[in-house]
This record gives sequence, structure tokens and C-alpha cells, in this order.
Amino acid sequence: MIQQDLKIKDVPANQFVIDINGLWKSFGKENNVLKGVTLQVKAGENLVMLGKSGSGKSITIKCLVGLLLADKGSLKVFGTDITKLDYTQLNKIRLRIGFLFQNAALYDSMTVRQNLEFPLKRHSKELSDAEVNSAVSEALESVGLLEAIDKMPSELSGGMRKRVGLARTLILKPEIILYDEPTTGLDPITSREISELILSIQQKNKTTSIIITHDMACAKLTGDRIVILRDGVIYLEGSYTELEQSKDEWVRSFFE
Amino acid sequence: MGLVLTLQSRPTMVKFGAEAWLPGMVALSLIKEVAPIITALICAGKISSGIGAELGSMKVTEQIDAMEVSAINPFKYLVVTRILATTLMVPLLVVFADCIGVFGGYVGMNIHSDINIFRYLNQILESLAFLDIMPATIKTIFFGFFIGMIGCYKGFTAANGTESVGKAANSAVVAASLTIFIIDMIAVQLTDILFKP
Repeated sequence: MIQQDLKIKDVPANQFVIDINGLWKSFGKENNVLKGVTLQVKAGENLVMLGKSGSGKSITIKCLVGLLLADKGSLKVFGTDITKLDYTQLNKIRLRIGFLFQNAALYDSMTVRQNLEFPLKRHSKELSDAEVNSAVSEALESVGLLEAIDKMPSELSGGMRKRVGLARTLILKPEIILYDEPTTGLDPITSREISELILSIQQKNKTTSIIITHDMACAKLTGDRIVILRDGVIYLEGSYTELEQSKDEWVRSFFE
Repeated sequence: MGLVLTLQSRPTMVKFGAEAWLPGMVALSLIKEVAPIITALICAGKISSGIGAELGSMKVTEQIDAMEVSAINPFKYLVVTRILATTLMVPLLVVFADCIGVFGGYVGMNIHSDINIFRYLNQILESLAFLDIMPATIKTIFFGFFIGMIGCYKGFTAANGTESVGKAANSAVVAASLTIFIIDMIAVQLTDILFKP
């Protein structure tokens, strides 16, 4: 319903949905975090991004939605270079991208229902209250948390907050979802539930995803392909099995 | 404010035989300076710090980023609304403070003498001119605007970490209070130039 308003060209079948080319990002003169990251993601693919803390994984996806401005390089999403877009054009792209923050970033002054209604009401003013209610219930049901609809974020556990965050992301029916450490800080059982949820969302909605994680069980379960970021560039990429059997000791240390 | 001002000014006014001017003097002091400044400083302490802390906390917990990535302009939703609210409400609060202050003056007058409320108000209205009220009220619109703007700015520019939330709230109060005094100083000069008696 929201996508109907968008005038951004659709991606031709042979193009990547996400095409990052030579991305540079620094903070201050000395601190070059990204030094020419090049990365492509195909439609419907789940890409897992690994790397040490501070290696620039989150910065890469934040550049991808325009939360941070790239110093150099091109960031094509749906075939459009977002570094060349103005604020309105960028927002049209952002409507097609969902972003799950590390701590879910729920609006803590709103209930779960209001958290989900907020983006929907802002972008789909033509929807009736009944339609909004049904969309909210549907999104919460898809993450298995319909019973928490009238709770405040402070009343939710870490896993529940992540699920609600995911439901809020899903309510705008994004074509790309970026996950910033979706299982960090959760127990192994909840982590697995979240990983399975990511996988089922991808299969059900045919979304394209970039998943940043340190959780190898999550990487194994969700990732079609894994890339490892080191010293500001993509160090290695391959399937879980390929990387697990890598002769590079540093790469193998992720899997031990 | 009105009560204290009346009680403290009364002995001097009595000494000069000018007790009859007391209501007018108290009302003038209140409306032109005391009520706007005190109200604005209270608002700076309460509202500016509140906005700074709230937005700072939203920034630190990535709620503002979440708004941004869902294509909602956080500036419009969080900043414009707050600045509009303070710009409209601070002048109203000042008018309210004026009324309370004037009533306090009446209570103060009645501690030592017996004065009818209508006579008291009449004396005030006789000593007040339109030009006493308008510039004083107009400057409170600017007080409100800057109280909101400084709070929002400090909140939005909070660095990451919980410590910065406290800093944002703290520096919002200090900066807003200082700005109120500066605006007041400019307003007095401008009023003096524009409406020279």
C-alpha cells in the first residue's frame, strides 16, 4: 500500500538490490573505519556480516540508510545511488528498507501498539483505524507477541523488545531488512527463536537482508552467504561451511 | 512575587509619603520585569532541561535514528512541536504569573492597610500604559522560543552514553537561562529606542 506511492525505479532482474562500491568512512582525520568496502547483495539473499567489534559493520549499514554520510564511494540501493539523493528522495528509499537496531530502539514513551502505529499512521494517512489495528495485530502476530500489544517497552524482556522492534520494522512491509546484532544480549534459546524468526520472515516475505552478528549459531542458521570485515575492507566471503574450513587462523577463530 | 515586592517596598514608599503609588509601582515592576524573568527562568529550569534530557535520551537509545530510518523527519516531529509549544505557552504563563503577582500585591497591601480591590486595580490601571505591557509580553515569546530551541539543540547534539543525557539537561538550563538575560537586555534597549517617552 505504501509502495504504490513510490516513484523509485524497480530493480532490473540482473542487478543487485544492494551494491556498495568503494565505501570509505572516517571519524576525524586519523580514524578511518571503512577503507573501500565493496559488497553486493542479491534480491532475496540473507547476507551475514561478521567482524571484530569496531570493524565498521554497523557503520556500513548505517551508511546504507543515510544515517551516516559516506566520505567516498557509491551506495546503490534498488539501483539508485543514495549518496546522490536529497532528503525526500532518500526517505522514499528508506520506506523500502527496514532497520532493526541493536537495542530495538522502541519509543519508550509509547505502548507497543503506538510504536507500531506510529510509522504506519505517518505514511499511510488514508488507512482507517480498523485497517491500522489489523496491520498492527498482523505484525505482532508474525513475531508471536500479540499479547504484549498494550504493554510499555519497559515492561518487555530483551527478546520481546527485539521482536516488537522487528514487528515495527515489518509493518511498513520493507523489501530489505538490516539487522544490527539481532541476538546480542539474549540467552541461547531466545537467540535461536530470533534467528528462526529472521529466517521465516525472509522466506515468507522474500526480503533481502544484511545481518550483523557475532552469534555464529545465528550466522549458520540465517546466512546464505557470510562476509568478514577486517581493517575496513571485506576480508573474506563465502558460505558458512567454506569459511568454517578456512585455513586462515583468524577466520577460523570466529567459528571456535 | 507581588506580595514580597509590596512588603519590601512599602517602608521606603511610606517614608517618602508615596504609599498611594505602591500598587502602580509593584504592578509595573511585575509586568515589565519580575514576572517575565522569573517565569522564564523557572521554565528554563523545568522545560529546557526536560526537553534536553528527553531528546538526549532518545538520541542515545537510537530512537531518533529509528524515526529517521522509518522516513519520519524527527526535526518536524520532535523539534518543531516542542518549540511551538514553548513559544506559545511561556507568554501565557507569564500573563498568569502577572495576574497572580498583582493579586499577591493586593494581599501585601492589605496586611498593613485596608484597600478595596477595585481601588487597588484602578490605581494599577491608571499607572499602566499599553506600552508597558506589550514589549514585556512580546519578549516572552522570544524567551519561549529560545527555551524550546536550546533544549532541543542540546538534546539532539547529545553524544552517545548516558552521561551525555545529564550533560544535555544541565547545559540546556545554563544556556537557556543565560539567553533569557541576554534577550531581556536587548529587549530593554530596543524598547527604549523604539518607544522613547
